[in-house]
Amino acid sequence: MSAIQEPFAEGASAAHRLDPRAKVVVAALFAALLAVAQTYAVVLAGLALALIWLVLARLPLKKVVARLLVVNSFIFFLWLVLPLTYPGQVVWRLGPLAATREGLVYTGLITLKSNAIIIALIALIATIPVITLGQALQTLRLPDKLCHLLLFTYRYLHVFEQEFQRLVQAMKIRGFKPGTNLHTYRSYAYLAAMLLVHSYDRADRVFQAMLCRGFRGTFYSLRTFSWRRQDGFFLALSLPALVALAYLEWGFPAFLRG
Amino acid sequence: MTEPLIELQNITFKYPGAAAPVFQDFNFQFREGQQVGLTGPNGAGKTTLLHLIMGLVKPQAGKIMIFGQEVSKEKDFVNVRQKVGLLFQNPDDQLFCPTVLEDVAFGPLNQGKAPAEAIRIAQETMEKLGLTGFEDRVTYKLSGGEKKLVSLATVLAMQPQLLLLDEPTTGLDTDTKHRLVHLLQDLNLSYMIVSHEDAFLHHTVGECCHVHEHCCVPGPGHQQEN
Repeated sequence: MSAIQEPFAEGASAAHRLDPRAKVVVAALFAALLAVAQTYAVVLAGLALALIWLVLARLPLKKVVARLLVVNSFIFFLWLVLPLTYPGQVVWRLGPLAATREGLVYTGLITLKSNAIIIALIALIATIPVITLGQALQTLRLPDKLCHLLLFTYRYLHVFEQEFQRLVQAMKIRGFKPGTNLHTYRSYAYLAAMLLVHSYDRADRVFQAMLCRGFRGTFYSLRTFSWRRQDGFFLALSLPALVALAYLEWGFPAFLRG
Repeated sequence: MTEPLIELQNITFKYPGAAAPVFQDFNFQFREGQQVGLTGPNGAGKTTLLHLIMGLVKPQAGKIMIFGQEVSKEKDFVNVRQKVGLLFQNPDDQLFCPTVLEDVAFGPLNQGKAPAEAIRIAQETMEKLGLTGFEDRVTYKLSGGEKKLVSLATVLAMQPQLLLLDEPTTGLDTDTKHRLVHLLQDLNLSYMIVSHEDAFLHHTVGECCHVHEHCCVPGPGHQQEN
């Protein structure tokens, strides 16, 4: 019944077994690089690199495609708007609407970029269970508060979802049928408010329970990450590929030019 | 006469926004080796009493002595919590780690134990509670009874000198209740149990106290010690 699932986290592929820290670093660099890239060559090469990672992760293709469809359904709206509003050379006209060449090129670039980044994240990040991800981020020296926020959000999403279901059931068994009327709106507002109050109270009690068990602001992890040879290989191959992408985009930085 | 383990003197406590105080000039004593059931109607302050002892709520007036020392500041209670274990009413409040093993090891790790040592303690505690094999189970997917037992394990793993149990039997079936009774009998610890179940208290505590605004009086189910 739970809405929060991690369909890609389980697995024994090469990508699953890599050290999460290595994957986080590479995925972050890759996403940042592609987000700022402006040329098709770089974006296409990035897409190819992401696809290689995806192959390494050996994920169920159907589920990957389903997830990409979700992302691309948002991008679809860009195709409706961007080519028609971007200034440039008009290539196609329909009544008062005109699509520009620059607009189409730009939208295509965004589409490829987004897909490359999503594929890379599916292959490298979605293959880490959220809990491990939190701990990996912590060992990478990200602020503790952010890591805890991630871990707690994940842990208590389930509880909030159950609380929500309970409240909805309580409404249903008393004959609540949503309609377009003030009663419905008011009931939904109560539901939302109640969920907020419950959540706040629960957060309070959880914190108290933690204090009772000697919590003083630091989490100690039972998990220790071990760096293996594969992780070295992965970094040794991925980082130069990222550097090559950067070179393709910007050329040598000025201070390296002879 | 031994010094009381816990002593509350002239405590006044009122929840913010509440019309009447829960406790007014409240006095209470608890001695080493006692096993006490706390009874009383809803809202009498049973849970509040436990929370006052743990320092989760602070009284507006009065003095709390624990292990012979006055405790008032957060820092004092940090020490108290190392020695006194509180089992919450709702296990969903207590379990927050992804897996059972991590949750049970959370307390020992906070006590400064090394991970290997914490894991050993956690596994021993779980074995005692019949939870062997639960290490990698996901806490939010446990059944109600399992959650309750795991919560108890998280408290016992800290090797407390005194146990405070807030309605430990709610939601438990008869078999699990029996298990809990045997566990508590075998523990040989001082404890206080808040419960509305006379039968359960009958098997687990030596005496019952009825919580009132001013004090705890020997309540129904009370048995004379020795």
